[in-house]
Amino acid sequence: MESLPFLFDGLKITLLLTFLSLAFGFLLGIVLALGRVYAPKIASLICISYIEIIRGTPLLVQLFILYFGLPSAGIRLTPLIAALIGLSLNSGAYQAEYLRGSIQSIKSGQMVAARSLGMTKLQAIFSVILPQALRTSIPAWSNELIYLLKYTSIAYIIQVVELTAEGKFIAAETFRYLEVFGMIAIIYLCLTIVFTEVIDRIEHKIRIPGLGTKKNQMMRD
Amino acid sequence: MHMLEVKNVHKRYGKTEVLKGVDFTMDKGETKVVIGPSGTGKSTLLRCINQLHPPEQGEVWLEGVKITDPKVDINKVRRKIGFVFQDFNLFTHLTALRNVSIGLEKVLKMDKGAAEKRAMDELKRVGLEPHANQYPAELSGGQQQRVGIARALAMDPTIILFDEPTSALDPELIGEVLEVMQSIAHEVTMLVVTHEMGFARNVADEIIFMEGGVIVESGPPKQMFYSPKHKRTGEFLGKIASLYGEE
Repeated sequence: MESLPFLFDGLKITLLLTFLSLAFGFLLGIVLALGRVYAPKIASLICISYIEIIRGTPLLVQLFILYFGLPSAGIRLTPLIAALIGLSLNSGAYQAEYLRGSIQSIKSGQMVAARSLGMTKLQAIFSVILPQALRTSIPAWSNELIYLLKYTSIAYIIQVVELTAEGKFIAAETFRYLEVFGMIAIIYLCLTIVFTEVIDRIEHKIRIPGLGTKKNQMMRD
Repeated sequence: MHMLEVKNVHKRYGKTEVLKGVDFTMDKGETKVVIGPSGTGKSTLLRCINQLHPPEQGEVWLEGVKITDPKVDINKVRRKIGFVFQDFNLFTHLTALRNVSIGLEKVLKMDKGAAEKRAMDELKRVGLEPHANQYPAELSGGQQQRVGIARALAMDPTIILFDEPTSALDPELIGEVLEVMQSIAHEVTMLVVTHEMGFARNVADEIIFMEGGVIVESGPPKQMFYSPKHKRTGEFLGKIASLYGEE
């Protein structure tokens, strides 16, 4: 088990990719979702097109284009940067759709009431719509986190030395494929369990009676 | 100069013309109640006044300013027009206090402390001080609507529009809302769309009867109930009064 330090290095890269992509994807997702729902025709169409193109092509292909394809256009990215960009752009499109779903599930009366008070559209979006939409999209968002954690392993194909890649190298040297990959699977599983638990607790802490899933709703007599 | 002037307002949705030329005025402190069968454009009229659904034709003037003019900053105008909704439309993610104070903070740019103090005063006025830190889902319908009224009052509007404020409430809870409305009736200019005949008769300065997208008749309650000029007015009021009971 002297390979543990190597696995640990790989794990660091995996976590780095996971959290950074989630964060950039989150920001991109908000822009795309708001653009899709509230922006004027052309901007909205651009957002929709981006989302559809990203969701309609495999992540692997997107990574290949970034890492192997761009050099023909003169842009050379390191594996890690290419993976980060690819995962972020990809996650952004999916997060946009989750958020859009949440935004559109908010009763129209909320926006109407905000505008009736004299709020501008932007104020209404940031003070009334987003706080609610973000809360109700937490389950989808936590799903995205788990998804990203596991799909960072695809970055192996463009030469990023994340957890799975490390595993492959070690196993190739030691021929102990079952043990190594078994251990790696367990690591992913533990991380998944921990993340899910943490998000559940956060969701519970910030829950508001009447907003969100049935689990959160307080029952009145 | 009247505080509110509605001139020849027409509104259509798709092919259907809902408002076919509505004219009336309101002065400061008046309480006017709009009654009529459903679908005659009463709610549409309110939404035309605060420009949520701008009219196709006609003008609305508030305190001498033509608010239907596209050059007018409608957000500034809406600060002066309070709106109380049939479905309350309280902000689900905010406490009662925050619901009332958020407009003060974001729209009137008051600082948080002052906004919350003012909000608390309004909640006291509608009798909901103990519930200030509860969320809308924890309040009864009548309580939610009273928060809605406090939210409108806090902005210190020139006029408050009430769109069937008690229609979505359990009968037991209607009273508490009507009481609040009655208590503010002469401090605030109010235009109320409602089926509550008791309120109309006891509190309104003038009752406006609408049908088919136009005003059929308007006048003080005594005239409308006991000596209406139009047959239809008498018919409608007679039916509704007996249905909803005298109050």
